Amino acid sequence: MPKIIVNGKEIEFQSGMTVLQACELAGAEIPRFCYHERLSIAGNCRMCLVEMDKSRKPIASCAMPATEGMNIKTNTEMVEKARKGVMEFLLANHPLDCPVCDQGGECDLQDQSLYYGVDKSRFSENKRYVSEKYMGPLIKTQMTRCIHCTRCVRFATEVAGVPEIGAIGRGENMEITTYLEKSMESELSGNVIDLCPVGALTSKPYAFSARPWELKKTESIDVLDAVGSNIRVDTYGWEVKRILPRLNEDINEEWISDKTRYSCDGLLKQRIDTPYVKKNNKLVKSSWDEALNVIIKKLNETESSQIAGHIGDLVSLETTLAFKKFFELLGSNNLDFREKKFYINSEDKMNYLFNSSINGIEKSDLILLVGCNPRHEATILNARIRKAFKNNKTPIFSVGNPGDQTYEYKIIGDNSQTIKDIIEEKHEFNRVFDIAKKPLIIIGESALELNSGGFIFEELKNFLYQKKLISEKWNALNILIQNASTVGALDLKIINKDKNNFEFFNNIKNNKFKILYLLNSDNLKFEKNNEFIIYQGSHGDRGAEIADVILPSATYTEENGFYQNLEGRVQECRKASYPAGEALESWKVLNKLTNVYKNKNLFNSFNKLRDEVLEKIVNFESLNKLPKYKEPSKKVNNNFENESVYINPIDYYFSNSISRASKVMSECRDIKLKYQKSGTNN
Amino acid sequence: MSLKKVNPEQPKTFEFNEKTENIAQEILKKYPEKNKKSAVMPFLYLAQKQNNNWIPLAAIKYISKYLSMPYISVYEVATFYSMFNLSPVGKYFIQVCTTTPCMIRGADKIVKVCKEKISDKKDLISKNGECSWTEVECLGACVNAPMMQINNDYYEDLDEKSTAKIIDSIFRDKLLKPGSYRGRKNTSPENVKTINGREHA
Repeated sequence: MPKIIVNGKEIEFQSGMTVLQACELAGAEIPRFCYHERLSIAGNCRMCLVEMDKSRKPIASCAMPATEGMNIKTNTEMVEKARKGVMEFLLANHPLDCPVCDQGGECDLQDQSLYYGVDKSRFSENKRYVSEKYMGPLIKTQMTRCIHCTRCVRFATEVAGVPEIGAIGRGENMEITTYLEKSMESELSGNVIDLCPVGALTSKPYAFSARPWELKKTESIDVLDAVGSNIRVDTYGWEVKRILPRLNEDINEEWISDKTRYSCDGLLKQRIDTPYVKKNNKLVKSSWDEALNVIIKKLNETESSQIAGHIGDLVSLETTLAFKKFFELLGSNNLDFREKKFYINSEDKMNYLFNSSINGIEKSDLILLVGCNPRHEATILNARIRKAFKNNKTPIFSVGNPGDQTYEYKIIGDNSQTIKDIIEEKHEFNRVFDIAKKPLIIIGESALELNSGGFIFEELKNFLYQKKLISEKWNALNILIQNASTVGALDLKIINKDKNNFEFFNNIKNNKFKILYLLNSDNLKFEKNNEFIIYQGSHGDRGAEIADVILPSATYTEENGFYQNLEGRVQECRKASYPAGEALESWKVLNKLTNVYKNKNLFNSFNKLRDEVLEKIVNFESLNKLPKYKEPSKKVNNNFENESVYINPIDYYFSNSISRASKVMSECRDIKLKYQKSGTNN
Repeated sequence: MSLKKVNPEQPKTFEFNEKTENIAQEILKKYPEKNKKSAVMPFLYLAQKQNNNWIPLAAIKYISKYLSMPYISVYEVATFYSMFNLSPVGKYFIQVCTTTPCMIRGADKIVKVCKEKISDKKDLISKNGECSWTEVECLGACVNAPMMQINNDYYEDLDEKSTAKIIDSIFRDKLLKPGSYRGRKNTSPENVKTINGREHA
């Protein structure tokens, strides 16, 4: 490896690194505004100037490739003077409004001016003023503060794939804006707020509500989709003020989707804070004892085979297990967690995982989407596909039309016959596929929902296995799960009797159940007909609307819990706040219910419940790690039917009860619908 | 110079006419298919030429679709260069250079004349709709400072009197000849007819 001298210390670096990266390796910190690891190099802020031997002028370290034998100094007088000069220019037009700026306390410019700022201004002209720009309901702009680092422009173009932000005008009159001040149409737009080194782009919903140093920070994970992005929950007292991304190279890098970031105002609205019981066709506030007694009376009256339970999309592993135990106690096994009838074979763990792992997307050399719309089903995962497309020029194909995915792809067919052709090696696509060394097939829930969903899945799996593409080294089989609770529920064997068991759905359609226990479940579509519905959940949403008894419980920010993401990583979601009003943590509600029902505890302590959960997880390696590989079992035969592959559209901003309660999400949705209606894309 | 204002009144559609389209096709041939967006500047110029010397938003959209570019990228280019006009200009479009050499030689006086004769603010079209003026950066004729450009021609070595004369000729729709207004031939020294005994070009 080549060597470089930084401040008299010789270190080795990888070729291709810039001087700035090499300096960081040597432990010399370099101030910067425009440079960002995950974006292309712009070199326009000039803050990272360092001194190089044999160069009379200081050099911009972020844009200079490091070469063998360079002698870099970062702490000389010349460097300090140069940086001070740059800082003075940056501050010449930057307003001194830190006390009223939301970025205050976490502002790069503020921090760096502490070291390189001059205490007096020599700039006696008028400061420039730039009018505010509209960028949608999520981003608040104060463009006078902008220092033109162009991080947001590069993010929108490179990572988000929606080239909508740009710099118009030039020189002193340069302004950053979206085209004709249109709102930014990306599910990743919130990340420009984190990227902005000053207070030019700040969060609109969070505006003027707290200062960073007075917030309690809890490291947690996101459960609003199945990706399991790592987040930091910032709370002030009980309220969740904001949600920020946390670095995890394996999952979300440092981005999170807008739904993850901005649904948090839904945590404060529409909350169920006390038990409710339906009296005279009206839900009335009641006490825990009363509500529980109503339920138990009903449970005692009903035959156990007529009791059913449905697990919602945001339920943790612990709660799922407690719910299963509770149903075992009742003697019923009418449990399901699916919102739609999609085929799942729970025998092998790989049958419901994204086996290539999110990191694996970057290593792949061909991607085939089968009936999925990753942009809306797993936004962060889609950002990785785009990264692979952009950096490695990975070719992408699709069966079914998923709409705009922020990258180019080729539709090779739109019916299940196409898939059959591929399996029988009769399709043109096979020629491309056979050359690929590390192909990826991503099967969406929409494909599994088809009548031939079983055929598509089993045959594709068999096809890949025959091609030796399912092995410990590389597993090309991927299922794109949409809900955070799904993988966990499958591991805990919520459905295990029959492989393709839609009995639950058939029974519910024929109104065979007398009691339906909805555990935080709002997305199950069925016609209510005389069932007694118990809803346990946090929000007054679709489930609570039809309920006869409502038991209040906590949301994901208010209780500890394990979640398994779509890759099979078990991650811990941590308690950042407290359940609202009289609400209890979900497992405690079930414990309480058992206590009244059978006069005993379901679990004596949360840790015991937790230990049992970890024991039950299939192929469990350790927390935050991918599961172990196991050879797949034998293939199951399924019927084939030729039908068109239709990808069910997802109401992205309204996909779960928390987002539906959020005002910000509904604003985003309105704007999106408006664009769709006009059909003109500005 | 300040940020260009986009005209509030915009035509709904824009399309290259046949003549422009032919030129556009010729221009496209200069670039490989994958780099066709390099043609954005000549295209914007063509659009401006076709549309009475200004570029409507519809043209920006048309060009970005033509070259498969994002709207904002074409918009960036159009706002960057002072040669692209985003709102209507007069039939006679005067660009007064106010960069340092011209400024030292009295460009502000010319600006003053323009304000008095045409419109008191730049980029405003004169009452009779014939003429508009704007300030621009260096037009590369510093030897003949101060100067201004009217449509495609340079008017050099100006002073208040000559500028007023030129503007008056515009209003009579009989534009005076371009060139030096102090009797210089191109960039030759004043009152010197020969250099090294030879007449210069």
